Amino acid sequence: MSGWRVECAAALLVGVCRVLTGVRALWRDVAPQAGPRVYFANHASHLDGLVIWAALPGPLRQHTHPVAARDYWDASPLRHWLAGEVFGALLIERNGETRDRQTVLEPLLAMLDAGEALILFPEGTRGDGSAIQPFKSGLYHLARQRPEVELVPVYLENLNRVLPKGTVLPVPLLCAARFGAPLRLEDGELRADFLTRARAAVEALAQ
Amino acid sequence: MSGFGFYGHWLLGGVLLVLVIASLIGYRLTQRPLSERGRATVDNLNARIRAWWAMCAVFAAALACGDLGTVLLFALVSFLGLREFITLTPTRRGDHETLFWSFFVFLPLHYWLVGTRWYGLFAILIPVYAFLFLPLRSALAGDTEHFLERSAKIQWGLMICVYAVSHAPALLMLEIPGYSGQNATLLIWLVLVVQLSDVLQYVFGKLCGRRAIVPRLSPNKTVEGFVGGVLSAALIGTALWWATPFTPWQAFMLALLVTLLGFAGGLVMSAIKRDRGVKDFGAMIEGHGGMLDRIDSLCFAAPVFFHAVRYWWT
Repeated sequence: MSGWRVECAAALLVGVCRVLTGVRALWRDVAPQAGPRVYFANHASHLDGLVIWAALPGPLRQHTHPVAARDYWDASPLRHWLAGEVFGALLIERNGETRDRQTVLEPLLAMLDAGEALILFPEGTRGDGSAIQPFKSGLYHLARQRPEVELVPVYLENLNRVLPKGTVLPVPLLCAARFGAPLRLEDGELRADFLTRARAAVEALAQ
Repeated sequence: MSGFGFYGHWLLGGVLLVLVIASLIGYRLTQRPLSERGRATVDNLNARIRAWWAMCAVFAAALACGDLGTVLLFALVSFLGLREFITLTPTRRGDHETLFWSFFVFLPLHYWLVGTRWYGLFAILIPVYAFLFLPLRSALAGDTEHFLERSAKIQWGLMICVYAVSHAPALLMLEIPGYSGQNATLLIWLVLVVQLSDVLQYVFGKLCGRRAIVPRLSPNKTVEGFVGGVLSAALIGTALWWATPFTPWQAFMLALLVTLLGFAGGLVMSAIKRDRGVKDFGAMIEGHGGMLDRIDSLCFAAPVFFHAVRYWWT
């Protein structure tokens, strides 16, 4: 696929995103930097990944890959192209019964090993925006297998009002992406404790 | 097609001169030893001056593109203002489609009416049709919680950010005998007087402000700033009578009218901000806050000025 189409599509999507949300990035106790990282955020709309991606400084974008559900992004040729070529997304199976954990994790770990960053929504699916759902364990397994990688909590504000679940009509509202201090898995920390702490880190950014 | 020929160029040239002088003063202030608080004030002042350069450049560029450019600029201003207003307004899922109609149907349609000079429908589209349709759309969504409040807030947002603001570019549709082809100059005069009044109220307030008018609302709006700003802006508006269809005396009365209304707009919009617990509507204009923080005075001044001119001069 030719490069200019990808660049036009990326510029167009970032532009639409700016009109709809204002894309305000607030970096608290953390700075944008290159290198392996996992940005993990609350999930309330289809725009979430795009907003984090657009909030990053331009040069970091092509090295930051949203992790997204294969069943949604493979559903049409356009979505497939957007996910694969424009966002450089990593598509994963989200149906727990038909998948093997390590098969899902391998491509993510390979990305981190190559010095790339990931965007992850540990709730697994979009909520209604009222409360953050309990986190699924993928974030924990990444943290355990790559303990040196920084895990950056991100709180997305207002996105659930821009494009809530169940509609394709967006409403323009000012949104913010708040980036907080990075977390790491502590020695001997249990899975449930870590996931609770990670969720609390996202929730704390809401204030 | 109405341009801003000879007189408009003089007005814009004057604005350019004032900006150059303001920038020079701003630069001189940074060279003086200052306390920390003084330094913060000077930095904010310079940020505001830089933003004024940008705003004036955008406004002048839009005017240079003719009526279409001007109408599109104000449509964009309305869009950004309404986006800030609705962001601060607690709405529910049941309002989503109503909001979509407000932003993507009524706003463009209303500015299309401005552009095509369809005065009859321009005057009633929002107060009649949008006001009846929008609550209906919310009612169809079936969520009755805080229904009256939610409807009122959306209607108010549309009224202030779209309907009121659009009366500034609507000046272009007026046919004023002996002034044809100059309407854009009248628009520059209005915006200039209203915004100068804001600036001068700020300057007088900083220099000699003592007694706050409504302390609970805004400690920065003082009697001294109000009197000094409104009077000096009204006098400047009078001194620029040659660019308008007015005599000097009429120019003074109208300048006084729009500066007083501008003050009222600032006060009402401050009350909304206090109600929502924020200091500014947004952060898009450096040193000023959001779009609504900059145009709050114009929201109140433009419609009344439009109707005064329409009633007595056309």
